[in-house]
Amino acid sequence: MNRRIWRRTRSGLMVGLVGLAVVLALVPLGLILGHLLVKGAGSLDWAFFTRGPAPTGVEGGGVVHAIVGTLIIVGVASLMGLPVGIAAGIYCAEYPGTRLATATRFVADVMNGTPSIVVGVFAWTWIVAPQKHFSAFAGSVALAFLMVPMVLRTTEEMIKLVPHSLREAALALGYPRWRTSLAVVVRTTLPGIVTGSLLAVARIAGETAPLLFTALGSQFLSTRIDQPMAALPLVVFNYAIGPFEEWHRLAWATALVLILVVLVLSVAARIATRGRFTLRG
Amino acid sequence: MATSTLPERAPAPAPALPLQQRHVGDRVFRLLLTLAAVAVPVLLAFLVLELWLGSRAAIERFGFDFVTSSTWDPVAERFGALPLVVGTLVSSFLALLIAVPLSLGVAIFLTEFAPGWLRQPVAFLIELLAAIPSVVYGLWGIFVLVPFLLRWVFPVLQDWLGFLPFFQGTIYGPSMFSASVILAIMVMPYVMSVSREVLLAVPPSQREAALALGATRWEAVMTAVVPYARSGIVGAVILGLGRALGETMAVTMLIGNRHDISASLFAPGYTMAAAIANEFAEAVADIHLAALSYVALLLFLVTVVVNALARLLIWRVARGVEGGRGA
Amino acid sequence: MTAVAPAFRIPPATTPATPSRTVLETERLTAMYGKVTALANVSLRFDANRVHALIGPSGCGKSTFLRTLNRMHELAEGGWITGRVLLDGEDVYAPRVNPMQLRKRVGMVFQKPTPFPTMSIYDNVAAGLRVDRGRAARVGLDETVERALRSAALWDEVKDRLRTSALGLSGGQQQRLCIARTIAPRPEVILLDEPTASLDPLGTQRIEELLFRLKEAFTIVIVTHNLQQAARVSDTTTFFYLGQMVETGPTRQIYTAPTEARTEAYITGRFG
Repeated sequence: MNRRIWRRTRSGLMVGLVGLAVVLALVPLGLILGHLLVKGAGSLDWAFFTRGPAPTGVEGGGVVHAIVGTLIIVGVASLMGLPVGIAAGIYCAEYPGTRLATATRFVADVMNGTPSIVVGVFAWTWIVAPQKHFSAFAGSVALAFLMVPMVLRTTEEMIKLVPHSLREAALALGYPRWRTSLAVVVRTTLPGIVTGSLLAVARIAGETAPLLFTALGSQFLSTRIDQPMAALPLVVFNYAIGPFEEWHRLAWATALVLILVVLVLSVAARIATRGRFTLRG
Repeated sequence: MATSTLPERAPAPAPALPLQQRHVGDRVFRLLLTLAAVAVPVLLAFLVLELWLGSRAAIERFGFDFVTSSTWDPVAERFGALPLVVGTLVSSFLALLIAVPLSLGVAIFLTEFAPGWLRQPVAFLIELLAAIPSVVYGLWGIFVLVPFLLRWVFPVLQDWLGFLPFFQGTIYGPSMFSASVILAIMVMPYVMSVSREVLLAVPPSQREAALALGATRWEAVMTAVVPYARSGIVGAVILGLGRALGETMAVTMLIGNRHDISASLFAPGYTMAAAIANEFAEAVADIHLAALSYVALLLFLVTVVVNALARLLIWRVARGVEGGRGA
Repeated sequence: MTAVAPAFRIPPATTPATPSRTVLETERLTAMYGKVTALANVSLRFDANRVHALIGPSGCGKSTFLRTLNRMHELAEGGWITGRVLLDGEDVYAPRVNPMQLRKRVGMVFQKPTPFPTMSIYDNVAAGLRVDRGRAARVGLDETVERALRSAALWDEVKDRLRTSALGLSGGQQQRLCIARTIAPRPEVILLDEPTASLDPLGTQRIEELLFRLKEAFTIVIVTHNLQQAARVSDTTTFFYLGQMVETGPTRQIYTAPTEARTEAYITGRFG
């Protein structure tokens, strides 16, 4: 009898304990978001979004150079990474049995696990070293490299959800294979592919490590892709490890902007999936 | 019966479409897709090649001693990466030590005990942790986490566990321990979400059978569900390890960046990724760059092995190969 | 052999006495999946403006046979054939033939309704017309779509919501939409692969009524495992069993006086 009570108590205790784990796991999220708001929101004024950095020691200044930089670097990376990732994903889904598909899928998994700093070294050796100067383009290449496997796998998974019968129906109408793929299969999964792409963009927008010795960062507003360029994560990093209170204030504000960008993209990704038409067999 | 006009008469011989018609669309389409698909392995091969070319000078000069020597002196051009390797392993393992119980607790709670309405929102929030950029973790770590650990956690640990060499000596803010804590927070969502998927894949009959035998809910989980999913959970943990090994920014900002091996977790250390992040842009000597590339190459190889292992284990559970044999 | 006592209504002699032009023909057709033979040595003729039913138990090869007629069979893993399929006397498996062109002349409707989920009702019907005829197809497209929907007995139900998603239709309506989509480009032959298998009795009845009228314009080949259905709608019936074509003939004869014992056994429900 005692034993049964002990077992029940232990069961209840352990359930309580794992419940506590949830609370414990959520604490950092709340704290991080809370601190970002408390320490960053106050600095988000007009000047912050329209001015470049102030000279060292002078109060004020903004991060317009980093906002523009991030837009350019991430934009160029998306232009390179998304088409390759999506096309390779379509290949893996359309010709699943081929050796190339198997190899590509495996390699994508390997790439997904590759530390982003290693990709930065790769971009440096490949592009920066021969050119002998840092460039935003090298940063975009590194980010594109990180995007490809993410987009590839989501595209493939999404396409696999399209029922085979739909493909057959198009082929039976006399659709060539490529039009079957694009107009019916890919079109049907488009919301999913858009979601995957947005999530990939959101992830690389916050990447810092691959930009450290490619885009490098800059104190000036620049749109030249072959030159060093500022980016939001680089600004957060440089200001955070700097010695000045003023820099720390800007670091918090910039981090808040960065996290808002990431969150907006993630939410947009979710909305994209709620398309007008749903997948159905 | 709906009225409808009669269909037109048979199209008859009419202008029948010729059956023979060249079509190049499919070939072009496949060619383009094939190019993209080929580009992926080619890119990776290219990455390995570039890393190897970049580090060749260091490989030739230091060989395997590179990972057993602990001198890192750019001026004298002597490089040994042992402190980096040790720092990487220690911070990652410590991070997992903290993150795994927590992640598994959350995963078990969400799959087994949480009321239905709670599951999705909580899973979403935890996965939101994975969306926060590493550099933001670093920022928060420097200004919030480290001061907190210094004030409330490290002294207490030293008081209680000071007899162990890991908790002796001077307490530094930026240290191996601080880096491990931030790493634990960052790795947790990955371990949690994969473990959750693995646990969800366990057939309900497993736990129903245990409950029917009179087990309590907790006993059912521990005797029927967790053993069934064991290799998948191990896979999730190893996947987390892969993440931790390569994590750069937050660690760089919190670990103190010192080429030293110290028994104390309160002392600054270094990791492979952090060393590359800190020194690469400023390195001038070719051999210094080569040494850092060598570190990158090693880091890459280690993560490939670790991730392959993780995928294999997760995949086995997903396929149900392991079945109930774990029990 | 004594006449079989059929378990259901004997079909009326719907076949017109006048002979008809042969549209589609197979010669010693054998269909394989890799090294497995799904269907051996079938020679059959399909005359214009008739409904031809293919019957037989599951796995007898009737669906595979249907799919060889528009070269869908070769899309399956390891699918290949020997023998010939002739459309208006032309070998559709000849080396230079483009299957896409063939499938525009030999349309197909599947077991489950397969409307394109991202397209409106209108666009679904127009899909086959837009395949490759570019801007020229837009001329008179409205009329063609309307005619196809009328022919499929769907116009009155959907004319006010042509621009809405095809997924808003019931299963039976979706299947008729698929028929409209198939006939819109005016193929010569329509292949139907158990088109009513997933429909309720009412939806089934409407499709069957439709077939009667469609055969005035098209040649129809229908696979069904529903014997009553084959009896109701078809002019000729072919019985497949274990990858062999056992017997073919006018439907009335197959149902009342089959020459093969296996056909009789199947018709009377002794197996299947």
